[in-house]
Amino acid sequence: MDTSFAEAQEPVDNGPDAMDRVRAARADFPALNQMVSGMPLVYLDSAATTQKPLKVIEQITDYYHRHNANVHRGVHELSERATRLYEGARDKIRDFINASAREEIVFVRGTSEAINLVAQSYLRPRIGEGDEILITEMEHHSNIVPWQLVAEQTGAKLRVAPITDSGELMMDSFADMLGPRTKLVAVAHISNALGTINPVQEIIRLSHDRDIPVLLDGAQAVGHMPVDVQALDCDFYAFSGHKMYAPTGIGALYTRRDILESMIPWQGGGEMIRKVSFEKTEYNDIPHRFEAGTPAIAGAIGLGAAIDYLEALGRPAIEEWENELLAYATDALNSVPGLRMIGTARHKAGILSFVMDNVHPHDISTILDKEGVAVRAGHHCAMPLMDRLGVPATTRASLALYNNREDIDALLKGLETVRALFQ
Amino acid sequence: MNPELRELYQDLILDHGRHPRNFGGLDGYTHKLEGFNPLCGDRLTVYLKVVDGKIEAIGFEGQGCAISVASASLMTERLKGKTVDEALALFEPVHQLLMTGDLDEEESESLGKLTMLSGVSEFPTRVKCATLAWHTMKGALSGKSDGITTE
Ligand SMILES: Cc1ncc(COP(=O)(O)O)c(C=O)c1O
Repeated sequence: MDTSFAEAQEPVDNGPDAMDRVRAARADFPALNQMVSGMPLVYLDSAATTQKPLKVIEQITDYYHRHNANVHRGVHELSERATRLYEGARDKIRDFINASAREEIVFVRGTSEAINLVAQSYLRPRIGEGDEILITEMEHHSNIVPWQLVAEQTGAKLRVAPITDSGELMMDSFADMLGPRTKLVAVAHISNALGTINPVQEIIRLSHDRDIPVLLDGAQAVGHMPVDVQALDCDFYAFSGHKMYAPTGIGALYTRRDILESMIPWQGGGEMIRKVSFEKTEYNDIPHRFEAGTPAIAGAIGLGAAIDYLEALGRPAIEEWENELLAYATDALNSVPGLRMIGTARHKAGILSFVMDNVHPHDISTILDKEGVAVRAGHHCAMPLMDRLGVPATTRASLALYNNREDIDALLKGLETVRALFQ
Repeated sequence: MNPELRELYQDLILDHGRHPRNFGGLDGYTHKLEGFNPLCGDRLTVYLKVVDGKIEAIGFEGQGCAISVASASLMTERLKGKTVDEALALFEPVHQLLMTGDLDEEESESLGKLTMLSGVSEFPTRVKCATLAWHTMKGALSGKSDGITTE
């Protein structure tokens, strides 16, 4: 079957019109158009998960209305269509992150599953007693625990590169910690709790100088800035669909082809095999070798639709818009008495974590919720980072392409209520 | 301000949240337990000194939101000098108050000041904050020693 099915893309213009398009894009998200606690919803929790544009919702509905069938299995029309759509989504991901081949894209449930796959299929057979895995203090639990599991299984050690109080990786320490026993470096492209954009190019260069492969956790990056895995020269790139306007339950792992070829299967089942007998099983080619069982077909199609949506808006324009908002929001929050930003790196994405004197983040988020403003309070799945920074939790407002200045103004107004009650 | 918020953050609650009573560890405690709410990271340790079935002293420490601290503070105030049986008997009506916000008149009267916590019932995500201290106290008096979580 022809699986190189990719729709011709309109050339995207990134001129001033592109900014106008992004500014108008809020209307594409039906869930944003509702009242919460009698107030218009202000959604500032996109780092947890983004809302979905109508285009994505429609593609998923259309798939179930007209094409639903299992993939790679039937010779009938519907199965062929479903397969073409599913594999078409893989092509879109390839283009989206500029992988060199479609086979380098493995569908997974999300970032967590992608990292667990690398931990078990790539790293576990290659690591032993006394070897090291290097991560940073700002990682999400998903980029900590899978490595701890491998370390427990093999006697390897997890090492953690320190960060500054402003939330930047200390590059000198990082470089010093790269050693002959380091078998893998795993780092967030953008920190979900601090918004720090890590100097991943430098991290990869330093690591590759010592022939150490690098995994980037791209969960917070891929929907907000252009990502080119070949230009980055990373070995693995993991991300989740639901943080980039696609459904939950789908994500992708990019792995450089020669590495993926060398990796042992992870889960067994249908799809991942070529030939099975009770004596011996021959595995399928990449990427299918890593996709046991019926995949999240509608999810993959939704992810493809989200990519089309982002490409049509233009990622440079989205990035510029979010940067503008970030600057506006940072100034606004800094003007609130008793508020302290957590995460003030020089290179930041649209994530604003903060604490306030005399108020716990949980109380802040309850009060904001009653004003219609959705933020997140807690440890943001980064308990070791909270310990490092000496805060039990933070309140986090996170931006997406559909936010605007009025959203930030509503947040500020909500914080006035917080202060009226608590300060 | 939103009326439900006013109901939740009554002055008494804010006061106990800001200036918790019986805050701190206890010398010579007979029961101690840590409670943890993994959802928000709140941690409270409750200490009790029980002599002849009576709570002679009670204290708590830890960190949490205004609701969990106020609830713990009000609890310690209420339980000091009570018997273990009386303390355990309070658990159910308090739990019901926090979950549903209403109690019959007699129960309501018996809870007294604690009824100030009833606003919590309008906030499903905050019920666990308010129940944390109570679960911890119950666990401690029931002889648990390995910590409890609200999950
Ligand atoms: C930086 C980062 N890594 C990993 C994850 C895990 O993603 P998922 O829960 O979709 O597997 C998240 C999302 O919470 C994240 O923000």
